[in-house]
Amino acid sequence: MTERKEVWITGIGVLSSLGEGPDAHWDALNAKRINIDDKRFAPYIVHPLAPVSFDAQIPKKGDQRQMEAWQRIGTYAAGLALDSAGVKGNQEILSRMDMIVAAGGGERDLAVDTAILNADARGNFSPGFLNERLMSELRPTLFLAQLSNLLAGNIAIVHGVRGTSRTFMGEEASSIDAARIALARIEAGQSDIALVGGAYNGERLDLLVLFEFGDFNLTGEFAPVWARENNSGFALGSAGAFLVLESREHAEARGAKPYAKLSKVVADLAQRKQPGAVTKSLEALWSKLGVGDDVGVVVTGATGAEPVTSEERAFLRQHQGLAVRATGTMFGHTVEAQFPLGVALAALSVSRGALFPPNDPTGFEVEKSDPPTQIVVMGTGHWQGEGMALVEAVK
Amino acid sequence: MATPRDKFGRPIVVVTGMGIVTSLGGGKTDNWAKLVAGESGIKTVTRFPIDGLRTTMAGTVDFVTVDPFTSTLLSERIAEIATEEALAQSGIGSKGDFPGPLFLAVAPVETEWPQRLELGRTIDKKEFDYYDMLRASGGGRFAPYHDRFMFGSVAKHLAENFGTKGSPISLSTACASGATAIQLGVEAIRRGEADAALCVATDGSVNPEAVVRFSLLSALSTQNDPPQGASKPFSKNRDGFVMAEGAGALVLESYEAATARGATILGVVAGCGELTDSFHRTRSSPDGKPIIGCMRKTLADAGMEPEQIDHINAHGTATPENDKMEYLTTSAVFGEQISKIPVSSNKSMVGHTISAAGAVEAVFSLLTLEHQRIPPTINYDVPDPTIHFDVVGNKARDARVTAVMSNSFGFGGQNASLILTREPA
Repeated sequence: MTERKEVWITGIGVLSSLGEGPDAHWDALNAKRINIDDKRFAPYIVHPLAPVSFDAQIPKKGDQRQMEAWQRIGTYAAGLALDSAGVKGNQEILSRMDMIVAAGGGERDLAVDTAILNADARGNFSPGFLNERLMSELRPTLFLAQLSNLLAGNIAIVHGVRGTSRTFMGEEASSIDAARIALARIEAGQSDIALVGGAYNGERLDLLVLFEFGDFNLTGEFAPVWARENNSGFALGSAGAFLVLESREHAEARGAKPYAKLSKVVADLAQRKQPGAVTKSLEALWSKLGVGDDVGVVVTGATGAEPVTSEERAFLRQHQGLAVRATGTMFGHTVEAQFPLGVALAALSVSRGALFPPNDPTGFEVEKSDPPTQIVVMGTGHWQGEGMALVEAVK
Repeated sequence: MATPRDKFGRPIVVVTGMGIVTSLGGGKTDNWAKLVAGESGIKTVTRFPIDGLRTTMAGTVDFVTVDPFTSTLLSERIAEIATEEALAQSGIGSKGDFPGPLFLAVAPVETEWPQRLELGRTIDKKEFDYYDMLRASGGGRFAPYHDRFMFGSVAKHLAENFGTKGSPISLSTACASGATAIQLGVEAIRRGEADAALCVATDGSVNPEAVVRFSLLSALSTQNDPPQGASKPFSKNRDGFVMAEGAGALVLESYEAATARGATILGVVAGCGELTDSFHRTRSSPDGKPIIGCMRKTLADAGMEPEQIDHINAHGTATPENDKMEYLTTSAVFGEQISKIPVSSNKSMVGHTISAAGAVEAVFSLLTLEHQRIPPTINYDVPDPTIHFDVVGNKARDARVTAVMSNSFGFGGQNASLILTREPA
């Protein structure tokens, strides 16, 4: 095998409940700002998307109309990442840029669904009733806003990213694997430059229902992730997070500056039926990452769901002296967007030579005053999948 | 012995096990016999009421039952059946211990109507809204539905059952998904990350809403009677595709690892390629350049010239648009030679297995190489005069086949191609 290529993060695009772009996020994190809405879905809490003009990244209204919110959020964040990498509109590069998107999908027309459910409850449910209502009431283009791979499709149409296009599904793990595979392909010379990320619309009743099936939603009083032991769960958040990854030589040849280096991404699927399995899995991944405890900083997407958050905390406690930051406290749980969001914040911290402050009354998150040169980004799925990335300063 | 690396110095990737489920039946033997006999698996839907639907037939897999019925559970079950067959043939690893990663092409997952209705019926109110639905969802009563309707649920269960290694990947590239799953496996082996990969593609999504969604996009054939006559690839009177269910599973290995353990080699994945079309959400760029580029990338990846391809397993959905574009693009790549390459579409018989199609058709392509016999394109009674393919119409054809190109194109600008050969080059 040829020698592995070094991979840089040269573009970051984030849109969330805290705003858009690196500066807005940096300021919000340093001000310990949290944006929650506990009224709209009370007693459930969400982190709503900050006001945004989608025209800035999705100029055609026709394109915006063809998408539902999760696709608009993702297409917008992808555009920010391309801008930040300096490749927006560069047709030569875009025509061979690879893309791996972590996506859910399935936005629904709740008015149609609710009408059907009510008719059913009233007993008006003849054999053809469902067919007839769906045939007459579903918008034909809604399907395209539901298909998982149509976020990537919209990014191709709006921004012209058209080398290859792959969509990974499967909640938190899908975005870890997206980064893992994109990195492996660039390291091995199978790809030079790739757009990787995910998007999530957390302000959806049908998704609250889905997570409520498993009693995963945070209700009542908002608390930071580490302070939810007696009221576990997550508050869904809206966010899109995309990264431009490229080989160092490709970046240098076009004079692009790196935020940081993406050195490694590892992932696994623990058999969680056994207590302690997640702690063990994280320990094994930490070894595979090949870092010592002197790495100093962990940015985690810990959800606040139990028992997995306690298992993750147990793992982190075994590694003394780590400065931990849980993005779930500030951004909520953004599912497929959480891991690329963590990588983006880690890259930003490395490039700015500072870590954002803790936001945790329990004291589990501690201050870190010296500039971070290595940050481990962790993602532990609320019900399955674990992964880690190592983000390092470019020497 | 051939060198274990291809001309680009990469590990050669071979297939050592295959499994298949379609509306024609379970397993390679049954499927192949029916396929070369020109049998159709398309029938009038009996799984749910068809009142009010414009399209009332599909290639459902009715001989596998799951209870309670969900498309996701059916997808999982037929994926398991196909995988078991592939593993048994390959003889790799041991029961519950597959020595490599899983790449799974699967339809997007969401809560389905029977479960949504079940939840609604628990609400004790004359008129309710979705907030009432939310309030009724918790407390553990519907806990299994959380697990069932997570996007990663099918891959999780397959990974647990078959003991694949690492984080299993669930993917969707729409109608190209099956090909993408194989491509991810090939890439992992070429990188030297794994000696073996399990590539599975499955789709069990013939349910009322899925039929309605495709119907509203005018993508489906409405030639309901007789159902087996509906799927008419490359015919002048084609009017859309026929939804179908199925699963394909392939065990990929490096040639080196396969020969070291004395495995029978069923074929070689010589090349894969993909190229995105950014023209439109559901339509191809009118000049066909992305599809042309996709096929050319695949030939280049295999280090082959168009003259070396002697059969094309077409995407051939039987939509007016697809078949026209497929001819335009394929003839651009192959030039005059195209009239001499036998082309066939398995979808004429098994329908369009959507997320599974790329893998189902890869399995059929490998069986074509094995048997040196090309399955027919049935319902080819009124050839489209503008499509000058050498369509293997209605009757299977014996032919010398050394290299097959299998094409897949999907919504969202997804194009993927594979080149499968009998022996390592």
